[in-house]
Amino acid sequence: MENDVNVDVLVVGAGPAGLAAAVAARKAGCRDVRILERDDAPGGILQQCIHNGFGLHRFKEELTGPEYAQRFIDAVEEEKIPVQCRTMVLDISPDRVVTAMSPEYGIQQFKAKAVVLAMGCRERPRGALMIPGTRPAGVYTAGTAQRLVNMEGLMPGKRVVILGSGDIGLIMARRMTFEGAKVLACVEIMPYSSGLKRNIVQCLDDYGIPLLLNHTVVDIQGRERVEGVTVAKVDEKRQPVPGSEIHYDCDTLLLSVGLLPENELSKTAGVKLSPVTSGAVVDDTMQTSVPGVFACGNVLHVHDLVDFVSQESEEAGRAAWAYASGSSKTAESYTAVLDGFGVRGCVPQKIGKTGADDKVAVSFRPGGVFRDAEWRIRDGENVLFKRKGRILTPGESIHVELPRKLFAESESVTVEVVQEGVSK
Amino acid sequence: MTCIGCPMGCQLDVTKEADGTITVKGAGCGRGVIYGKQEAVAPQRMVTALMPVKGRSRPLSVKTATAVPKEKIGDVLAAIAAKCADAPVKIGDVLIADVCGTGVSIVATSNAR
Repeated sequence: MENDVNVDVLVVGAGPAGLAAAVAARKAGCRDVRILERDDAPGGILQQCIHNGFGLHRFKEELTGPEYAQRFIDAVEEEKIPVQCRTMVLDISPDRVVTAMSPEYGIQQFKAKAVVLAMGCRERPRGALMIPGTRPAGVYTAGTAQRLVNMEGLMPGKRVVILGSGDIGLIMARRMTFEGAKVLACVEIMPYSSGLKRNIVQCLDDYGIPLLLNHTVVDIQGRERVEGVTVAKVDEKRQPVPGSEIHYDCDTLLLSVGLLPENELSKTAGVKLSPVTSGAVVDDTMQTSVPGVFACGNVLHVHDLVDFVSQESEEAGRAAWAYASGSSKTAESYTAVLDGFGVRGCVPQKIGKTGADDKVAVSFRPGGVFRDAEWRIRDGENVLFKRKGRILTPGESIHVELPRKLFAESESVTVEVVQEGVSK
Repeated sequence: MTCIGCPMGCQLDVTKEADGTITVKGAGCGRGVIYGKQEAVAPQRMVTALMPVKGRSRPLSVKTATAVPKEKIGDVLAAIAAKCADAPVKIGDVLIADVCGTGVSIVATSNAR
């Protein structure tokens, strides 16, 4: 292969988003699509998610992560789409020149007619939490521990405390227990867990692991290796309550405290990012503020179900090929989609008044826990769509497909939660 | 017990009447009643775990083909850990036919080439 390559559609990342986007571009007619991946093999984060629960929406069956990933890897192989692994993308220019480096080819430059950003997200690390204490070995993000245990066959420790009760932390509580570790507690600063009820029951309750809500880690002890952590209750302002400290002797602290879209490359391309999702601002074809650059999957916004990643990425892949082939019909005007009360991170942020599809997918995350609430989309006082929910929580994002014409008359619409007594 | 059907997490109160019928109180919907009965009488779980592969440092991810009785989880894990798979293995290959007398097989969920 030469080091200067022209390509129609270039996909950055071979996780579930990148794989689905590439296959969709190919099926739409793109003969020249390729994927760059920094890991040794395609599949992304799903390869280490050996638990089941993936694919219920898409395949109507419960698959494990590797099984879900393999279906898309098989599709990529069937379509003979080249996946260049061990390749780190270093830079994407606003005119879509992608610079990458690999042991096989050294520095390469890809001149792409369209680029799909599918780099995924990363975990919030200890440094983002400002936990006091020493800096010994034994503090891991839950996902790092998951990779060590499930892929490398290594155990990070024997006595474990988990900070944060997101699903990865809960899943790791069970995995570590299965592999012989003692998980002492799962500590959550908020008054509720962002994890699924199913995971709280089947990963913590089943094994007698306490979930401490309104608690956080206030100290880490140990010089070379973690020797213990101190946990304390927090008040309404999430400040530690003196006198409420509990000490745990442990050798490992896992952090499951949130995911952040990994947008360093998007920034080099000049892509406008949303302060709410930390991902690109996109229209309903997943096109970013830079023409010909599209984004999908967890680099766009953090998903809780991979099924919706696949769906969104297929849209991005098709739209990228439409752009590359010059057949895309860019909308002349857009409807802005705004976050209202109780709603965080609507995607897309704008919807074309015209477009190839009659339907558009909209998703958002509730900003808090709302019981017997209703969420709605309104233009001024005019309610365009509403739906009731017995419960809305930040842990379960909302996805809905709506007719494009619903938005066609509006300059902007607001998505909001309405609850008796607490609206607006 | 806590219902797992949705984020509501209804607290279920399951009782067995004198005539053997089981009643579920506290469920906000029909799914909770079904879950409560199943969970009280014969709780079941899918088990996903790792199996060593001969001559490899990286383990193979495996699962129970269907859910197994909850009290068998420990035995099932021990049986998986005691077995060593021979590469190559493909997704769906049966590695243990009837694990711990449950009638459920252990199948591979990833490929080992």
